[in-house]
Amino acid sequence: MSLGLRFAISDTLVLAMRALRRIPRNPELLTAYTVQPVMFTLLFVAVFGGAIQTPGYDDYADFMIPGIIVQQMAFGGFATALGLVDDLKKGLVDRFRSLPMSRLAVLTGRTLSDIAMNALALAVMIVVGYIVGFAFATSALEVAAGVALCLLIGYAFSWVFACVGLYASTPEGANTFGFILIFPLTFASSAFVPPETMPDWLQTFATDINPFSTMVDAVRALFVGGPGGNDIWGAVAWSLGLIAVFGTLAVRRYRTAVVS
Amino acid sequence: MLDLASSNPAIEIEGLQKSYGDVQALCGIDLEVEQGTVLGLLGPNGAGKTTAVRILTTLLPPSAGSARVAGLDVVKDAAELRAQIGLAGQYAAVDEGLTGFENLEMVGRLYHLGRDSAQERARELLDRFDLDEAGDRLVSTYSGGMRRRLDLAAALVARPPVLFLDEPTTGLDPRSRLGLWEVIEARVAQGSTVLLTTQYLDEADRLADRIAVIDHGTLIAEGTSDELKERVGGERIEVRLVRPEQAQEAISALSGIACEQPSADDGVVRVPVRDQAGAIAGAVRNLDAARIDIDDIAVRRPTLDDVFLTLTGRPPEPEEVDEADPDTGEHPQEAVR
Repeated sequence: MSLGLRFAISDTLVLAMRALRRIPRNPELLTAYTVQPVMFTLLFVAVFGGAIQTPGYDDYADFMIPGIIVQQMAFGGFATALGLVDDLKKGLVDRFRSLPMSRLAVLTGRTLSDIAMNALALAVMIVVGYIVGFAFATSALEVAAGVALCLLIGYAFSWVFACVGLYASTPEGANTFGFILIFPLTFASSAFVPPETMPDWLQTFATDINPFSTMVDAVRALFVGGPGGNDIWGAVAWSLGLIAVFGTLAVRRYRTAVVS
Repeated sequence: MLDLASSNPAIEIEGLQKSYGDVQALCGIDLEVEQGTVLGLLGPNGAGKTTAVRILTTLLPPSAGSARVAGLDVVKDAAELRAQIGLAGQYAAVDEGLTGFENLEMVGRLYHLGRDSAQERARELLDRFDLDEAGDRLVSTYSGGMRRRLDLAAALVARPPVLFLDEPTTGLDPRSRLGLWEVIEARVAQGSTVLLTTQYLDEADRLADRIAVIDHGTLIAEGTSDELKERVGGERIEVRLVRPEQAQEAISALSGIACEQPSADDGVVRVPVRDQAGAIAGAVRNLDAARIDIDDIAVRRPTLDDVFLTLTGRPPEPEEVDEADPDTGEHPQEAVR
C-alpha cells in the first residue's frame, strides 16, 4: 500500500474516532441517535397504526418500520453537517488544513463515524420494532443485505449533509436546509403510507420519481419480503450516485472553505 | 528537517500579492526572516497580517509573487511544507468536545507521529504548559488562557522549525500573556523561527528581533524595535509646569540642553535631548534658576505606539473595531470566551 493511501486511511480513522468520542459527551446528538428514533417509532405505530391500511402486510409495523429506519438513516448524516459547521466556525478546519494530513480525512472521518452511529440507531430501532409487532420475514442473508443497504443509504446521505454543512456555514442554516429538502422527501414517499392513497400528482412523484421510495421499498423487500428486485439495485445505484455527486461537491467545497 | 547549518532564511517572501476581485489585500510584500529569530508583524485590523499568515501556512494561494518557508515553496511544495510548520491562531482552534490530552494526541497522530509517540508527546506538552492536571478534562471547561496554551501546544507537537502565531495573546489577561511569552521565548532559544502577528506593541517589543509594519497590504517599515523608534525621534524630557503661562520662559531656559527646538502644549514642555545623562539634573537647575516651578519632570523614550501612530496615522488598538472584511480574512479582535 502506498504511503499516501496508508496515511489517508489512518487520518480518516483518527478523525472518525474524534467524532465518535464527542458523541456521548453531547446529550443532544446522543438523543438524536437513540431516544428520537424510539419516540418516532412508538408514535407512528400507536397514532397511525390503527388508521392506515397496508394491504399485503400483516401489521402496520411490518410496513412502517423499514420506512422509519430508512428515514433515520437519511438523517443520521446530520451530525456531519453540524460537525463541519462547527469546525469551520471554530477555526479547526484551518488547523487541519495546515497539518501534513490527508486533505479528505476531515470529510471521510466524519462520514465514517456516521456509519457507526447509524448502526447503533438501526439496532435500537429493530429492538423497538420487535416490541411493537415488527418481525423479519426473510432469510438471514436477506436481512444482512438489508442492514448493509441501510448503512449504505445512511452513508450516501452523510455526503449530502457534508455538502449542506460546508455550504450552510451556520447550524441554523444547516437545519433549515436539511428539513426543507429532506424531510418532505421522506414523507412524500412509500415510507409511512402506501402511495396509492395520495393525490395523483403526488402518487406519481412518490412512486416514480422519489428515490427515497426506491430505497424504502428495497429495504422493505429485504426485511419483510415482497417484490423488490429492481428496487434493490435501484437503491444501491441511487446511493452510489449520491456519494459520487455530493462527495465530489463536498471535497471541492472543502478545499476552498474559509470562515466567513 | 530544516538544515540548520545553512544560512538560508527560514522565511523568504518576494513580491507577495493577494487580491479578491477588486480588493487588494496584499500589494507586493518583500520580507526575510532569519533562522532562529522572531519577526513581529504589526498592523491595524484589515492591514493584511492574517492574509499573509494564511498564505505562508498554505491555507490560501497567493495571487502573485512567491514565498518560501523552510526552503519550501508555499504553493509547489505545500504538502511537504506542512510537516515543517506549526500554526496557532487567534481563534484558539482546539476541539472543545475533546480533552486537552485527546486534542494533542489527535494532532500528533495527524502529524503521523504514531500512537505511542503522539501520546507521550501529548503528556509532555501538557506538563510543560502547566495543563497536566486539566489534561483529562474537556476543553469546554478551560479558561481562555488555558485554551491559548493548548492551542500553542498543538502547534508545537511535531517540534516544527517554523512557527506562525497569529495574535497569540489577543484577549488574554496579563498573567496568561506573560506565561505564553515565556513559552515562545523558550522555543526560540531552542532554534525555532517565529512569525508573530500582534496588535500589542509591548508584545512585539519583548519578543521580536525585528518588526515589520504593514498597512493597507503594503510593508511600510521594517527594522529592529530601536531602529523604528529612532525613525520617529529620540528621547525627550517632558516637564509639566505648575503655571502653564510660563511655557515660553521654560522653553528659553531649556533650549541650552535641547538638541532641537523645544515645544510646549497645554502646560507641558517637550525638550528633545541627545545626551540623556545629566539631562534631567541640568533641566531642573536651569528651571530653578529661572524660578519656574515644576509639577512633574521625566525622560520619555518613544514607544512602539508612537512608531505605529506616526507610520499608520492610527493608534494600534482602535477603540472601535472595523467590521470584519470577509474577503481578506481579517477579523475584528474578539475577546476569548
